[in-house]
Amino acid sequence: MSEINDQLSKFISEKILKQPGRAIGGDEKLISSGLIDSFSLMDLALFVEDTYGVRIEDTELNADTFDSLDQLSTLIESRR
Amino acid sequence: MTLLPERLKALHTRTPNRVAVTLQFAGREDVPITCDRLLHGAAAFARTLAREGIQAGEVVVLILQHSEELLYSFWGSILHGAIPSIMPFLTEKLSPERYRADLTSLISVTRPTVIVTYPEFEADVRSALTASDPVRAVILTNQFEPEGELSLDTLRGFERNAGDIVLLQHSSGTTGLQKGVALSHRAIFNQLDAYNKSLSLNEEDVIVSWLPLYHDMGLIAGFLMPILSGIHLVLMSPFDWVRAPYRLMQSISSYRGTLVWLPNFAYNFCAQKIRDRHIEGVDLSSLRAVINCSEPVRWESHRAFLEHFEKYGLRRSALQTCYAMAENVFAVTQSRLDGEPLVVEVDREVFMTERVARIPYDDRPSMKMMSSGYPLENVQIRILDENGNDLPDYVIGEVALKSDCMLTGYFNRPDLTEKAFRDGWYLTGDYGFISEGELFVSGRKKDMIIVGGKNVYPQDLEMLSYEVPGVHAGRSVAFGMYDEEQGTEEVVIIAEVDSEDGAEQQRIADALRAHITKNSAIALRHVKVVGPKWILKTSSGKTARSANREKFLEELQKVSK
Repeated sequence: MSEINDQLSKFISEKILKQPGRAIGGDEKLISSGLIDSFSLMDLALFVEDTYGVRIEDTELNADTFDSLDQLSTLIESRR
Repeated sequence: MTLLPERLKALHTRTPNRVAVTLQFAGREDVPITCDRLLHGAAAFARTLAREGIQAGEVVVLILQHSEELLYSFWGSILHGAIPSIMPFLTEKLSPERYRADLTSLISVTRPTVIVTYPEFEADVRSALTASDPVRAVILTNQFEPEGELSLDTLRGFERNAGDIVLLQHSSGTTGLQKGVALSHRAIFNQLDAYNKSLSLNEEDVIVSWLPLYHDMGLIAGFLMPILSGIHLVLMSPFDWVRAPYRLMQSISSYRGTLVWLPNFAYNFCAQKIRDRHIEGVDLSSLRAVINCSEPVRWESHRAFLEHFEKYGLRRSALQTCYAMAENVFAVTQSRLDGEPLVVEVDREVFMTERVARIPYDDRPSMKMMSSGYPLENVQIRILDENGNDLPDYVIGEVALKSDCMLTGYFNRPDLTEKAFRDGWYLTGDYGFISEGELFVSGRKKDMIIVGGKNVYPQDLEMLSYEVPGVHAGRSVAFGMYDEEQGTEEVVIIAEVDSEDGAEQQRIADALRAHITKNSAIALRHVKVVGPKWILKTSSGKTARSANREKFLEELQKVSK
């Protein structure tokens, strides 16, 4: 799971935040904090789909489904 | 016919069972709303306002998401003769405290007597109220009167005059200075008459929109115009669209949409994020026009959109442009749908330094500019220099306009209304030039930044930055930077701090990003924290935004070289 966390963290900091090297904690709030803005949610969903073959529906792209790397990687594990 | 309620009634009499609006919700069946259902729902809401003792001419603030309730409460307010005003809904990232402060400020200027919202949002709304404000009722969606027998003639909206204010549109303004743009029945009909003609709008048209209704493009082009013109509107939520932009293409295909309005960034967004597998079998050939409006229009964005969607039947001739503002109800100019907006190649340096659009000779660096079309038949445009003198074609000046569909005024702000006009001409604050009768918008006089169609003010962002520990008042600067890939502006904030320590500067940068993201409409990415004496000031000690912007861009170029 920590491997998924690392990959997601790398993708988010490089491609979404444009701050390579910015480490994201496993329980750091992603959506409710605005760290990932709504315009980037789809990028994250496409990355998850391309990398892990796991589909996250657009109706699930909100803080109720996942709001941290830990929650997102658990979701990915459960669907693989 | 001079009143909006009369038009609604006439449409209902003619075709009660025609679907006026199809509401779409991600993951749910579409909801078709016939003229009859629309009027029944709206009339029930009008009775709700009557029950609460709300008078004609009073302002009703609607804090609702994309929903049937929003539709009924908006039109119900108008049927009652009250003045609806749609307020943006709280987003996931925005701090509730900030939202409440904005709401309190809006209430103090707009002075509504009633606010409509959801039961789960009641506490937030009530906490924004103060003892001195005129709000007499907070109506919740579960307190709407039930639908009953339709008796339109008793509704007070039919007793209004054509010159009365029928609704308020929000116009951007810095915090504490939000402006409600007051529009009359007459202004709206004059706009629709002229704009419908320019678009050759006809009964076969279908408008598909995801645009928010608190924005003029969404409220007029994506809501009022189709409903009042008897044209089918397919409406989805901006919240759903941004998570699944392909739904727009699917809706166009399944409802044979003919007209769509998009801000410039959406062309890039759709082209970059919609994959082929999302839109298998989609057919976009029904589109007569995809109209680019509300941000600076870019030829490159049109090209990317066409390249991506041509194989789905999108026609090149569908790519069109418009220049619009809430103060003119909506459209000021529109490109001709039987042609293409003019694209001119101008000399980049002459454009920047001499403020003239000139065709480049030899191999001088050039840039492509795309026109926003011709003035509507009821609109006159002038390009003015700083002293109010007319400028010739190709010379850049401030765009001024006059029409029969201008705002009545900024609601409760006669001071701002007076300042906005000079000798009967409305000064837009936008720079532009005319070529062959077409308007090219080239920049802005005011420091406003347009990010993905949302207007933000650098002074507001700078004020927010001072709330972050380590940043001192007067020592940060915010400005916009055009992002070619995204097709819109990005905000940059530079903050000067005492510490030269890299780790400490990094910590402040993170805090700035988080604070501004939670307290403004944007998600802040570009923050630069610098040591003392980086920021350039004018001789009077004011921060010079454009000079600092130049300095930042120069440093950026050096790094990339």
